Amino acid sequence: MTVTAARQLADAAVCFVGIGLPSAACNLARRTHAPQLVLIYESGTVGARPQVLPLSIGDGELADTAACVVSLPEVFAHYLQRGRVDVGFLSAAQIDRHGNLNTTVIGSYARPAVRLPGSGGAPEIAAHAREVLVIMKQSPRSFVARLDFLTSCGYLGGAGERARAGFPGRGPRAVITDFGILRPHPETDELQLCAIYPGVAVDAVRAATGWPLRVAHDLQVLPSPQPADLDTLRALHAATAQAHAVAVRINLRTADAPASHPH
Amino acid sequence: MPLMTLSDAIAQHVRDGQSVALEGFTHLIPFAAGHEIIRQSRRRLHLIRMTPDLICDQMIGMGCAERLTFSWGGNPGVGSLHRLRDAIERDWPQPLTISERTHAEMGVAYQAGASGLPCGLMRHYADTGLDRVGGPRTLACPFSGDSLLAVAAINPDVTILHAQQADQQGNVLIRGIIGAAREAALAARCLLVTVEARVERLDAPLNAIVLPHWLISAVSIVPGGAHPSYAAGCYPRDNRFYGEWDAIARERERFQQWMQQYVLASRDHAELLRRLRVAA
Repeated sequence: MTVTAARQLADAAVCFVGIGLPSAACNLARRTHAPQLVLIYESGTVGARPQVLPLSIGDGELADTAACVVSLPEVFAHYLQRGRVDVGFLSAAQIDRHGNLNTTVIGSYARPAVRLPGSGGAPEIAAHAREVLVIMKQSPRSFVARLDFLTSCGYLGGAGERARAGFPGRGPRAVITDFGILRPHPETDELQLCAIYPGVAVDAVRAATGWPLRVAHDLQVLPSPQPADLDTLRALHAATAQAHAVAVRINLRTADAPASHPH
Repeated sequence: MPLMTLSDAIAQHVRDGQSVALEGFTHLIPFAAGHEIIRQSRRRLHLIRMTPDLICDQMIGMGCAERLTFSWGGNPGVGSLHRLRDAIERDWPQPLTISERTHAEMGVAYQAGASGLPCGLMRHYADTGLDRVGGPRTLACPFSGDSLLAVAAINPDVTILHAQQADQQGNVLIRGIIGAAREAALAARCLLVTVEARVERLDAPLNAIVLPHWLISAVSIVPGGAHPSYAAGCYPRDNRFYGEWDAIARERERFQQWMQQYVLASRDHAELLRRLRVAA
């Protein structure tokens, strides 16, 4: 899934990255076919080139390897809202057939069964990035007929409603799942199954979808991931796990030090 | 800018019922100050943080807050903030009123607050669920007719930041990821800052982020004051602790025990860091 997601990214694209699977896919792409990919994290780190995957959106690794670090209001206003981002990469707890996303609550807003983290930067990424890639595991609980909450807009009710509303970004171009790839139908904007991994049965994908899933007439079978890609991804995850397990030690005497010069 | 202990700064400047912004985007989160607020048993606070993070999870779980303004309430890369969820889902230890926004809206709200404006503006295309629960707030641009979203300014009673250095006069330098810390500082009625170290001169590049001493009500020197968050150039983020917090905070009893054993039983942040074996 991560390898397939990485393959969706063209070299030199400017990509606004969420943490987790999107960050893994973007950094894999940067290490393989897209070395010039520009990664922007919402922490204001522009052009980050992390050696290990960050656990949070604001790990020091991102700032240390960035071309520049700007404020959060600046990254959202000057980079995203101004239209300087090619690809927004998102994930969610729920997605509907028109690519609308929920990261806010399961159940009612006032008294949720599960309170999810919320919006973060997703609503504006979904609105302003020229196009959006969504990566998430597919199940009837996550691919739902009706969202419990509309956090970020995809194609709204479909059939051109997003375009008529005047959104500058065109919306989700692809939804990459653990079964394959869904893409919006050019007229109805409804997500349909366009590609599957080798060995995946279409019925299994249907069973993992909470609405009657349409299948493209030219359904493709994706190539198996290249061993080199998988090796790169495993190495990245291994280095990350090692880096995150390091014990932090703080010297309490820094306060007594004369003028120190952190880099 | 009076230099004072953190305990004195919180005692003098943070009162029950106030709105308190603790900013620092993943980086430079003022953990020591949050812990001191817990130790001094402040109540009915309106906490404001884009990412509540572990510090608000702790303050909410310890009963300091009755309201939270935020934009992303998770444990980054790990999962839920269990104390925040328990408060929203089950009113424990008390009901929590939430005022929820997006990151971009929080940035605009702090900018408006820092600029003396009642609101800030953003582009708007279609209502999300948050727009529906937040009530009508769109208007037409008088020049272009474009649909704009008005975001009410945030002006905290108190903003608390952590930073790397203060100089002898109390000017404060922040390096690295800044989030909306500068806007939150300038929007506040009272600004408290904890720093890693006091230095003779800041040696800051001309465009560096320096908060002039006369904006600041109190500076306290608290080495390690952002742990388990981090201070670039001083120590890294304790990603291992962020992972461990999930199990500590999941159940009420274990959470309370942990807070008692570590935060409440420690006189100050240095003692807490020694108990956690982060400092010698």
